[in-house]
Amino acid sequence: MAKHKTPLLDQLESGPWPSFVSDIKQEAASRAKNEKGLDYQIPVDCPEDLLGVLEMSYTDGETHWKHGGIVGVFGYGGGVIGRYCDQPEMFPGVAHFHTIRVAQPNGKWYSTKLLGDLMDIWELRGSGLTNMHGATGDIVFLGTSTPQLEEIFFELTHNLDIDLGGSGSNLRTPAACMGMSRCEYACYDSQELCYNLTMEYQDELHRPAFPYKFKFKFDACPNGCVAAIARSDLSFIGTWKDDIKVNQEAVAAYVGGEFPPNAGAHADRDWGPFDIQKEVVDLCPSKCISYEDGKLTIDNKECVRCMHCINTMPRALKVGDERGCSILCGAKAPILDGPQMGSLLVPFMEVNKDDDYQSIKDLIENVWDWWMEEGKNRERVGETMKRLGMAALVHAAGVPFDARQVQEPRHNPYIFWKADDVKGGWDRDINDFRKRHQR
Amino acid sequence: MAFISSGYNPAKPMEGRVSDIGPRHFGEYLPPVIKDNFGKWDYHEIIEAGILLHVAQSGDKTYTVRAATARLMTVTHIREICEIADKFCGGFVRFTTRNNLEFQVETEEAAKELKAFLNAQKFEGGSMKFPVGGTGAAVTNIVHTQGWVHCHTPATDASGTVKATMDVVFDDFTNMKLPAPVRISMACCLNMCGAVHCSDIAILGIHRKPPIIDHEYLDNLCEIPLAVAACPTGAVRPTKVEIEGKTYKTVAVKEERCMFCGNCYTMCPSLPLADGEGDGIAIMVGGKISNRITKPAFSKVVVPFVPNEPPRWPTLTKVIKKILDTYAAEANKYERLGDWANRIGWERFFEKCDLPFSEHLIDDFRDPAYYTWRQTTQFKW
Ligand code: HEM
Ligand code: HEM
Ligand code: HEM
Ligand code: SF4
Ligand code: SF4
Ligand code: SF4
Ligand code: SF4
Repeated sequence: MAKHKTPLLDQLESGPWPSFVSDIKQEAASRAKNEKGLDYQIPVDCPEDLLGVLEMSYTDGETHWKHGGIVGVFGYGGGVIGRYCDQPEMFPGVAHFHTIRVAQPNGKWYSTKLLGDLMDIWELRGSGLTNMHGATGDIVFLGTSTPQLEEIFFELTHNLDIDLGGSGSNLRTPAACMGMSRCEYACYDSQELCYNLTMEYQDELHRPAFPYKFKFKFDACPNGCVAAIARSDLSFIGTWKDDIKVNQEAVAAYVGGEFPPNAGAHADRDWGPFDIQKEVVDLCPSKCISYEDGKLTIDNKECVRCMHCINTMPRALKVGDERGCSILCGAKAPILDGPQMGSLLVPFMEVNKDDDYQSIKDLIENVWDWWMEEGKNRERVGETMKRLGMAALVHAAGVPFDARQVQEPRHNPYIFWKADDVKGGWDRDINDFRKRHQR
Repeated sequence: MAFISSGYNPAKPMEGRVSDIGPRHFGEYLPPVIKDNFGKWDYHEIIEAGILLHVAQSGDKTYTVRAATARLMTVTHIREICEIADKFCGGFVRFTTRNNLEFQVETEEAAKELKAFLNAQKFEGGSMKFPVGGTGAAVTNIVHTQGWVHCHTPATDASGTVKATMDVVFDDFTNMKLPAPVRISMACCLNMCGAVHCSDIAILGIHRKPPIIDHEYLDNLCEIPLAVAACPTGAVRPTKVEIEGKTYKTVAVKEERCMFCGNCYTMCPSLPLADGEGDGIAIMVGGKISNRITKPAFSKVVVPFVPNEPPRWPTLTKVIKKILDTYAAEANKYERLGDWANRIGWERFFEKCDLPFSEHLIDDFRDPAYYTWRQTTQFKW
């Protein structure tokens, strides 16, 4: 027998899409039954009270969580999002309902052993509810009480060798696309670079020392499967410098209809037979492909590596061999100054595991040194760039200026010069001027 | 309920503490075929909706079956996932960047068998536990946020709007008949935790009333300068008020300058603004992340407000369905929703999707607003 009536939420149990309501009810029933005889460390009916408070929000159209909540574990300044219900008498099971961010393996590969071990901890010490995963990437344990935080942290670190994720004004949990693990487009090992930098900057992740939050994301090609360009302050996006590799026989197989275009991504609708001129050559943004006498030619010097031709004919066209990544800076959501996507800072950077990614680390630390000094309270690096200028970032990063850093040159002439760069400097005497120009 | 210690000693909190160990290395969790062919993949193919084939240079093959999740899921559900992975996939499973599940199997037959098995699993209420799809030119899972389940600043619910929307566009999850992939995202306030600003279609919770000021508590609970600095339009200023003869330090909000972003509430608990009648949803379209053909783009607001209508948000889902179907019928192959709207012109987009155009859709935020107006005589009647 359910603890609260949930007539509105019940309507979300029908329809084909997996129902979170049915799933929460299933957890509530499992806890009520408690077949394993667990001594639950937070109220058994926590999931039922969550449904109760959610039903109340559905009725009045307003959230019932109190503002904020500052909880955590000793030694760290983040990792836990505190939350308290604003109707604790009615819903005591969620009076405390903190979430814990748990560091996920990159690419989100799991063994069932690892998932099982994580669930054992969470079933005993939490609500039994999770998010798989948070938008930043973390495993999210959704709902527990303050006294359980240290216990959970102890079990995670001692028994599972797993740490918390980030929250607050610090480096947040980095995330990567699946990259080399299962994608032929991967231009560098996004998962390994992600892991390496996560470990290198553990201190910056666990102890807030920044003006505001800072995120890394790693896409191994410009398709952007982890959306680095939109969702990380520093985005590492794989690319190549040499030629796209063309296999003419495979091109012929596409033209002949043996291979489906775009690997079959449009298979459920009749788009007519594959037309290489219309679907590849004419759509190339640089117009640098030609197809004549059964031969596909790419003027690679003019290619912007948008991935379209490769995406459309993955068996015939391959990314080049001289690979690395581009680094873009400043993406953020709208608050305060408006949304930003990453702006190109470094067109090409080697991704070299042999020297422990030193050149990438140097760049990151240059950007941080600048932003930690210049960034205002709660100012994302993208906003600092807007306030002080892209050129200031390029200087700080210690990389060369490059026409690739702009979409177009400025159209206003409000140009700053440094006194040192102007012959004679800025110290001028009005009397000298008057010698030449009478008042 | 007896307290069970993990071994942690609250009297000596720093003793034996392990810290800064980070995540586990992903290498520990790669299925053997993935590990063996890491970085050596040759090509891939989508066999049918929800089933991918990857072929390595060695000739090794792996089939991936992709299934949806609700993202908010329980221990019980994760254990069910593990059972499936144990039974079909040697104990390995992964999650995608859009919170779908992926199972690796060795043969096409096994993949089809697994697909059928997954599609047959139902919750007690009747919904599918693991519907297979989300590949190719399809609608895939909706990247979404906390909503009324956990956050204090939402203007709408996340899990509910997502379930209601996916039920309505479900056919496009299990089929690949769109001109290009359509990414739908959802955020319950304009902090936009996730991908709302860069998605083909985006659902965004918004307020329409200025904050209510809790003068008697504000100075005790908030750092006033932070609340002042939090406002993008400079609507908040420090002031003093007198209530029953007592003077309080507090803030004043210039209501005609407030656009209800809620950022001052994020910084100051004494400025709540949620409102059952005022709150609702704005719909944005035309964003993308990939660099394919065209550059990444922000999504643009095309519907300034639809009301919250829990539990199924019928107005919201109707508008989304209309936009999706119009795009599907009219766009060229490979054309993302925003590329289509740019090509036909936004005036035509509004006409075709049967959406009214109102003053709310004209940008008025600072200098960059100018660049969104039309500095040309090129337009369509
Ligand atoms: C009010 C309390 C807030 C809550 C409860 C909250 C919750 C969350 C959660 C759970 C995630 C996923 C985290 C993860 O995977 O580890 C997230 C991500 C995110 N949050 Fe928030 N958030 C809050 C405030 C904010 C604010 C103030 C902003 C910006 C002004 C913001 C912007 C974002 C963005 C952009 C992401 C996604 C980043 C990505 O795509 O990787 N959030 N938030
Ligand atoms: C071998 C090729 C590829 C692999 C293995 C791959 C892998 C993935 C995976 C597993 C996801 C999460 C999917 C989901 O949950 O629905 C994803 C998302 C995504 N993929 Fe790919 N992908 C490939 C090719 C592409 C192509 C060709 C494009 C663009 C034309 C692309 C653009 C994206 C985008 C934009 C996302 C969503 C990111 C987000 O908004 O969170 N990917 N990819
Ligand atoms: C010592 C430095 C400057 C002096 C003495 C000066 C003087 C003047 C004067 C007297 C006018 C009015 C002209 C008229 O309407 O008859 C004017 C207009 C103008 N000035 Fe300057 N100016 C200086 C620097 C600048 C700078 C640095 C800028 C731009 C960054 C600038 C931009 C303009 C513009 C755009 C106008 C036209 C304003 C309008 O449309 O009415 N001036 N300036
Ligand atoms: S971003 Fe590129 S390399 Fe990474 S998974 Fe997507 S398509 Fe593959
Ligand atoms: S990658 Fe893009 S720009 Fe380069 S040749 Fe192919 S379609 Fe043209
Ligand atoms: S989008 Fe806003 S309301 Fe939703 S979880 Fe993020 S901060 Fe909270
Ligand atoms: S809600 Fe936003 S616009 Fe309104 S006063 Fe607060 S910070 Fe300013």
